[in-house]
Amino acid sequence: MVRLYTDDLSIGYGEQLIVKDLSVQIPNQKITTIIGPNGCGKSTLLKAITRIISHHSGAVVLDGKNVAKENTKILAKKMAILPQTPESASGLTVGELVSYGRFPYQTGFGRLSKKDYEVIDWALQVTNTSSFKYLPVDSLSGGQRQRVWIAMALAQETEIIFLDEPTTYLDMAHQLEVLELLQRLNQQEKRTIVMVLHDLNQAARFADYVVALKSGQIVKAGSCEEVITKEVLRDVFNIDAEIGIDPRTSKPMCITYDLLKGE
Amino acid sequence: MGFLHYFCRKDNIMKTSIHLSLKFVIGLILLIAMFSISMVYGAASTSIQDVWQALFTHIKSDSINILRELRLPREVAAMLVGAALAVSGAIMQGVTRNPLADPGLLGLTSGANAALAISLALIPGINYFGITIACFIGAAVGAVMVFGIGAVKKGGFSPLRIVLAGAAVSAFLYAIADGVGIYFEISKDVSMWTAGGLIGTSWSQLQMITPFIGIGIVVALLLSRQLTILSLNEEVAVGLGQKTIQTKTILFVVVIFLAGASVALVGNMAFVGLMVPHIVRAIVGTDYRLIIPMSIIAGAILMLLADTIGRTINIPYETPVAAIIAIMGLPFFLVVVRKGGRVFQ
Repeated sequence: MVRLYTDDLSIGYGEQLIVKDLSVQIPNQKITTIIGPNGCGKSTLLKAITRIISHHSGAVVLDGKNVAKENTKILAKKMAILPQTPESASGLTVGELVSYGRFPYQTGFGRLSKKDYEVIDWALQVTNTSSFKYLPVDSLSGGQRQRVWIAMALAQETEIIFLDEPTTYLDMAHQLEVLELLQRLNQQEKRTIVMVLHDLNQAARFADYVVALKSGQIVKAGSCEEVITKEVLRDVFNIDAEIGIDPRTSKPMCITYDLLKGE
Repeated sequence: MGFLHYFCRKDNIMKTSIHLSLKFVIGLILLIAMFSISMVYGAASTSIQDVWQALFTHIKSDSINILRELRLPREVAAMLVGAALAVSGAIMQGVTRNPLADPGLLGLTSGANAALAISLALIPGINYFGITIACFIGAAVGAVMVFGIGAVKKGGFSPLRIVLAGAAVSAFLYAIADGVGIYFEISKDVSMWTAGGLIGTSWSQLQMITPFIGIGIVVALLLSRQLTILSLNEEVAVGLGQKTIQTKTILFVVVIFLAGASVALVGNMAFVGLMVPHIVRAIVGTDYRLIIPMSIIAGAILMLLADTIGRTINIPYETPVAAIIAIMGLPFFLVVVRKGGRVFQ
């Protein structure tokens, strides 16, 4: 049974609806990627599912409960969110930042328990950031910093992790590093990963389930073979794409493309 | 402060160059020293022995009476106001993630000021409690006006834009206060309140104000952990399960209490809320569980220092404490603007 889904979800700032009557099921323990052109509502959708913004109508349902009505602290133990390019963590050390992931489990002044310390160390280890523990977050490179933020989300010990464009501003190698980390978390720790990605080939390579959005509605959702096709890309991005097969991963990939003319 | 020992564990994720509890002990020693100095020095010269007798015995003499009835309430007020302004500044900087936030710069002080003038004009013979309440309302109105202007435009919450809105709203509210003062011929009364600083602070005023500042500071301490998360990033705070709207509302009320009570006690006082949290962050880091308690200590020390300088620099005349603070604060403001332009944008 699917744990997380949206039911006729509409989201808008003010009068204008950005996402309209959207129903999507997020497969358990899989990597789901949301793709679509700028302004199609993919970040908005992610924020609404994770209750960062409220929705206009419809519902987000997690474990049979309406997310809008559920206790926010209980939700924080079930899903973690890594927003797009979090602001600088002025002055915080890596260890301190990651320790905030334990916030949903604490009360009062929030002294960390033995369990908390264990989880923090584990999160640092998994993300390969243990050696930065005492360094200020601001002193790290972009890729290292992104891994530290992921470590914080991991310290939250949630089964579902949402990420909004986790590879933005990273170079090719660091992009791959972050995505492989997420893949490992999915495969070894059985975490459900939901992320917004810009790069189609990365989406095809890492996602089990791809949701293609345009103007706040789903054009196609399914496996990468079903979604990364000439037809879908034409509808979603207005491009004439040449789809081939990645010789190493056997996943579909967009080899080259042109803008569609005359429309 | 039982939570302190968590920060001082040996294998700890906090950097502890100097033991944190040692920093707090040093802070408290400096506070006691500064308090003693400010009690001893002033227009009427007294000795440390007089101070001791005034505080801990029932002996009566002229100089001891001066200490008990004039200087002691004044210095207690200085500490309370310093702590209140520093904590309110720290909260505002944390919630708005604006390094230039300060109750004096963002319209709270001028709002309280205008409300004070209006209430003096419309309700002759208003008592001190009424004035205090008027200050709370005024501070809230001033803050809402400044942030309302910020909310109108996208990106209007950028640090400098908000400070500009604060300057404009403050100028407007000060003009109202002046206008009301002139029209109702109560300018002298108004300025006695707003520019009087710590002069003439009485025990009865303190009795009225202390509970508000006390409650405000206790709530700030209780919410300090929430404030740290909030200061990081609002979306992260929501994701971690914080009720951000509830937290921000309570903190807003706390700031109104602290800033309003300060104005009711000493009138206008900018820059304390700006300076102290920045100094404190350099000492204890970015965790508000440490910033708030250290701001209480440092704010109290700063106000004691400014008041003592004000009383002694030009004896027998008093130099207004707000002027002393402004002379210290302005260069600080400029440094933060320069630094803030890079770090916080």
